Amino acid sequence: MTRKQRRLGLIGGGLGVLAIAVALMLNGFRDSIVFFNSPSDVVEKHVEPGTRIRLGGLVKDGSLSRGKDLRVRFEVTDGNRQIPVTYQGVLPDLFREGQGVVAEGALDGGGVFNADTILAKHDETYMPKEVADALKKSGHWKDDYAQRAAMPVGGASK
Amino acid sequence: MIPELGHYALMLALGLALIQGTMPLVGMRTNDAVLMNVASPVALAQFVFVALSFAALAECYVTSDFSVLNVYENSNSAMPLIYRFSSLWGNHEGSMMLWVFILVFFGALVAVFGTNLPTALKANALAVQAWIAAAFYLFILITSNPFVRIAEAPLQGRDLNPILQDPGLAFHPPMLYLGYVGFSISFSFAIAALLEGRIDAAWARWVRPWVLGAWMCLTVGIAGGSYWAYYELGWGGFWFWDPVENASLMPWLAGTALLHSAVVMEKRGALKVWTILLAIVAFSLSLIGTFLVRSGVLTSVHAFATDPTRGIFILAILVVFIGGALSLYAWRAPLLRQGGLFAPISREGALVFNNLFLTTACATVFVGTLYPLALEALTGAKISVGPPFFNATFGPLFIPLMAVMPFGPLMGWKRGDLLGAAQRLLAAAMLACIAIAAAYAIEHRGPVLAPFGVGIAVFVMAGAATDVAERTMILRVPLRAAVRRAMGLPRSAWGTAFAHFGIGVTLLGIVSVTAWGSERIAEIKSGDTLDIGHYRLSFDGLFNRAGPNYRDVVGRFTVRRAGGELVGAMEPSRRTFPARNMATTEAALLTRGVSQLYLSLGDPNPDGSVPVRLYFKPNVVMIWLGAVFMFVGGGLSLSDRRLRVGAPRPARAKAVLQPAE
Repeated sequence: MTRKQRRLGLIGGGLGVLAIAVALMLNGFRDSIVFFNSPSDVVEKHVEPGTRIRLGGLVKDGSLSRGKDLRVRFEVTDGNRQIPVTYQGVLPDLFREGQGVVAEGALDGGGVFNADTILAKHDETYMPKEVADALKKSGHWKDDYAQRAAMPVGGASK
Repeated sequence: MIPELGHYALMLALGLALIQGTMPLVGMRTNDAVLMNVASPVALAQFVFVALSFAALAECYVTSDFSVLNVYENSNSAMPLIYRFSSLWGNHEGSMMLWVFILVFFGALVAVFGTNLPTALKANALAVQAWIAAAFYLFILITSNPFVRIAEAPLQGRDLNPILQDPGLAFHPPMLYLGYVGFSISFSFAIAALLEGRIDAAWARWVRPWVLGAWMCLTVGIAGGSYWAYYELGWGGFWFWDPVENASLMPWLAGTALLHSAVVMEKRGALKVWTILLAIVAFSLSLIGTFLVRSGVLTSVHAFATDPTRGIFILAILVVFIGGALSLYAWRAPLLRQGGLFAPISREGALVFNNLFLTTACATVFVGTLYPLALEALTGAKISVGPPFFNATFGPLFIPLMAVMPFGPLMGWKRGDLLGAAQRLLAAAMLACIAIAAAYAIEHRGPVLAPFGVGIAVFVMAGAATDVAERTMILRVPLRAAVRRAMGLPRSAWGTAFAHFGIGVTLLGIVSVTAWGSERIAEIKSGDTLDIGHYRLSFDGLFNRAGPNYRDVVGRFTVRRAGGELVGAMEPSRRTFPARNMATTEAALLTRGVSQLYLSLGDPNPDGSVPVRLYFKPNVVMIWLGAVFMFVGGGLSLSDRRLRVGAPRPARAKAVLQPAE
């Protein structure tokens, strides 16, 4: 084989692998992408039951109720709309009423969101970015979320 | 006084970096050896000043000087010494200090140990290093100064984020940064070679130890972070395909490819242009990793900085360094001479295969990580690309790589014997088949393909052993002769075998946990029992315990085998930190061989019952054990005589007569 043929072979092989990778990626994007929605989005965009989405907002005050076998039910709100959510399992450390939450799952036929994952990768001084953006959009963002976060504990600053 | 000194030392370091970044380049243009030789002492001086600055900040942290805003925000005098020290890099400003500290440390190492480097190459490489350092000094001084004071010092600090109060913080970020920043050396050498327009096999020999060292640190850094997340986050996962994890995986993949292509370049003088490109890409991905983690564009536990000016600054650094490097590459790379010829079936061919699949896998991770950002910027739609995407793309690309890996070291350079290699791997393949059959026989649950995963892992491990067995001719010559051969084997051969074996070990761990791990979630009261696998846990009750800056609610569990034999106790807890009014879950782990029982507590209910998560993780320890093998392999390779003795160079007399280039 000449140098040129070898190089062509190499480039051909490289492009082949790349093509497979692109095919895998496109396939992956079709099947496994999850869109983030606020409760208003869910209502306005008419999200189909059974479509996997992420639902983000605040846990509505007083909406949390616990059932048997670690079943919980609560409502996620962005100030305008509420979506009831059910979940079975151990809630994350930072799950609290009035705090931000992101749940992943799908709506059932009756408009109830069945979550299989509750994300809590934020600490108390921090609101999930998607939730903060959604609240700002719906006009229910309060500046004190950020201030509360920045406020030192114990009145140490003067 | 001390913080001001630290601040001032950092400014002086910036000045020195500007000198180091310009003088050698001017020297190269004017053929002035004196100007070029300025680089080394200045690099050392720069290291001294940054070390002073770093030490000043460390002093503030260790002595809990809350008049410094950064210390006040991230530390607390009640924390043990190790956390008071390591909380230095548990925040944005401090972590950037650690970044530059490691950067100048490497620069100083090049200056000290690079005595056998050609003058121009060394001078240029140090100049490029200095530009990187200068950019980061500016970034720290302008946007993230850790030495800012508060007029009236508070009595107590706001405490470190409880999730970070863990020995993992002392280990994971420094190792990760040693890896990230270590790739800056190969980057600087690549740019220096492009500036000179000249490159040879010796270049690869100079650069390889740096790449190897960086790769080793990155490997254990990633593995350490994975183990930390596993036990700290309370979910029992070892890898989440979180953007921040991907940010460290991408440089690792590119670095692994670089490691292998540099071998080809050193031994055979081929793949020069490709190796240079990989050197640029590996460090670019490290920079992107820093950007993704630090700018706050991605939400995660690692996002310290959410200040947009910082994001824009880092973006500018990225554009200048990555864009500049790639432009230089496009312009100068055609000047570099092409290397030697080789047949597709050969050691070189196998390494090209390795590079092809590693870089492609890296590209899929890159796309999956950045696609959500791009889509949000373009359309405003917020999406998340989760584990299913990466499993569906990364997995299929890695499996062939694993299957082919044992063939590589058995092939000869230039022209290999595929049939011969296959024959020698027969025993390994048979072992793999036995493992597949055994896996089917033992486990009836789990995915159908899982036993094949086990088979590939065993093939990789046995393949690495075959490599050593072939070289020592064990079983074919008397044992004593084989031992003598083993002693005489170059350490790099042992290194290859160890590292490849480690990959197999990690793969076996991943397959076992994913396919055959079991999980139980339940709400239990004192006296209840839980069964999992061959174990039975009984819950003895909750009690309280106080720590230096937290309170623990501990659940005590007794673990027995199904037969009743006592195995041990597990004490998971819920830890509350009053300074931040935050709670964390401290999971309890019980290691049996290489498998683990994993138990974490939820919030206790008013009626005294507690939600618990219990997992049985078969072979889970192997995931991280494999990384230790890789680290040891890298270390063996690094200690190889060839790398210590240094690169061949023209006889001294000849060098004296040659004009400086």
